[in-house]
Amino acid sequence: MEARIKTVPPVLKAVAPLMEDGHSHESISRAVSDVVLEMPMPRPWYATISVGLILLSILGISTAILFWEGLGLWGINNPVGWGFAIVNLVWWIGIGHAGTLISAILLLFNQDWRTAINRFAEAMTLFAVMCAGIFPLLHVGRPWAIFFILPYPNTMALWPQFRSPLLWDVFAISTYFTVSLLFWYTGLIPDLATLRDRMPKGIARSIYGFFALGWRGSARHWFRYEMAYILLGGMSAPLVVSVHTIVSFDFAVSVIPGWHTTIFPPYFVAGAIYSGFAMVLTIMIPAREWFGMKDFITLRHLDNMAKVMLATGLVVCYGYGCELFFAWYSGSDYERTMMWYRGFESPFAWVYLCLLLCNLVTPQFLWIKWMRITPIPLFIISIIVNIGMWLERFVIVVTSLRRDYLPSSWGTYTPTIFDWAAYIGSIGLFLTMMCLFVKFLPMISIFELRLQHHLMKRGEIR
Amino acid sequence: MAHQEHHTDEAQVFGLIAEFDEADQLLSAASKAYAAGYRTMDAYSPFPIHGLSEAIGFNKTYVSLFTLIGGLSGTATAIFMQWFASSIHYPYHIGGKPFFSWPSFMPITFELTILFGAFSALGSMLLLNGLPRHHHPVFNAKRFERASNDGFFLCIEQTDVQYDKEKTTAFLQGLNPVEVSEVLD
Repeated sequence: MEARIKTVPPVLKAVAPLMEDGHSHESISRAVSDVVLEMPMPRPWYATISVGLILLSILGISTAILFWEGLGLWGINNPVGWGFAIVNLVWWIGIGHAGTLISAILLLFNQDWRTAINRFAEAMTLFAVMCAGIFPLLHVGRPWAIFFILPYPNTMALWPQFRSPLLWDVFAISTYFTVSLLFWYTGLIPDLATLRDRMPKGIARSIYGFFALGWRGSARHWFRYEMAYILLGGMSAPLVVSVHTIVSFDFAVSVIPGWHTTIFPPYFVAGAIYSGFAMVLTIMIPAREWFGMKDFITLRHLDNMAKVMLATGLVVCYGYGCELFFAWYSGSDYERTMMWYRGFESPFAWVYLCLLLCNLVTPQFLWIKWMRITPIPLFIISIIVNIGMWLERFVIVVTSLRRDYLPSSWGTYTPTIFDWAAYIGSIGLFLTMMCLFVKFLPMISIFELRLQHHLMKRGEIR
Repeated sequence: MAHQEHHTDEAQVFGLIAEFDEADQLLSAASKAYAAGYRTMDAYSPFPIHGLSEAIGFNKTYVSLFTLIGGLSGTATAIFMQWFASSIHYPYHIGGKPFFSWPSFMPITFELTILFGAFSALGSMLLLNGLPRHHHPVFNAKRFERASNDGFFLCIEQTDVQYDKEKTTAFLQGLNPVEVSEVLD
């Protein structure tokens, strides 16, 4: 284990250290746990959770009306049966990819800079997957019968269709949520023990103590813990890749023009990581300001995340190129016509143009170092990328469905106010959950920061 | 709770604990204690210190074995479920394809493998660690709340064959700790 750490190559010309100087184990524990224990929440936190709760109530009200009246309130129709619900599902699931990527894949590659951001990103993953989960629930139209998608023994002796990508999706997303939750909780156990030990006696302490499971930091426990953690990381890494692959099968396994391509799985996974890192930056840049975490989440972290965004952004651009090339090279009139409509003739041609501006042009600014290490421009870029990735999913879902093989079944799609209400409402759910998370749980993994501090002091990492 | 079986008067004591300020001090103290022949002991630290569990003579986790078994049972469950549903319980023809069309069963098989494996990894880690646990005598130690913050502890337990109050205290004092104290059961 010792040797493994020592083989890390030195960071060449890093823009900032992993952690600012002048910290001790005690000051790390204090800085992170005081947000939970003592610090009055900063004003922007109240503003954010207020916006979150307002949007969440829009979700609640619009969903209640939707259940009462039925799916006709949405703009979906025949042939465009998928509309906003699936656009949002794919968008949120994609966002949810950054967390487990950071915590699992960067763990396996021994990237030290994951330490300060993994907890936050994993929480974001969980909440994004929750937001994603709402949409299929609403979209089935009969949410009270949603359990039909599960393979449970029933009196009708019926089983779900195991050969359908839509059912694979159920398994992929629910497994992803569950495993992400286990991974997140495993990481939290020692930190919950820290909170337990720093709290005055009372109900709150009992609750934190309950979830800390009696953790006492024993060397034997740490040994098994690290083994379990690396195994969870090893299993989560292929899981992350599988989830958006399976989501892309929903499209690629069908025969709709514009969907039936082999580039979809890698292109979706790259897009997911791209949008996920964008969302991590969107919420982490303000959070590190408001909660005084700049010592731990340094410009080095922003720089690295921006680089991952640039790299995955380029893969996404390659995906766009492939889509166009495949449509032309297939020689299929339907593919070519659909692509032509997508770019020039459909009422959504401007959406495709905006998508290219957001996802093709914007990330190129990240070649400039100043853009990567200055929070405000980086924040703006991350927002634009989030919008761009949403538009991408809109283009994929809507422009393909509205023009399939038979002109007699052509149609179009106009989202209604209920589509928009569910969408912004899910953002409200996300904001609310993030605010509650930073209030009640340590937003940075404290024990890993201590380990990082220890290794930095010994000069093993910088 | 092995120590409770020896309930004599002196068994009110759980062990002797030495407190250190630095991780490296704890690591060398643990190695010295092991070299001096102590075996029933444990070290406590606020973060995982590489080599510490080996220093106290503990280097086998069965977590990976349990995880493998758990993961494979997920594989088996998924294949069995899909085979049973599609070939035995509710077979139907789709375009002349075989009932057990295994390639299309792979995504779910993969997901269940990971799901079962993840539960086994966390579950076996907790089970082997004896967690969750309501109380442990080491929490009675002075300033033990530092073990989840910035303190490093080495506790030689009273059940160790070499345990002797005077000699063990002297030994621990020789390791240059902040303080050596008795932990009550």
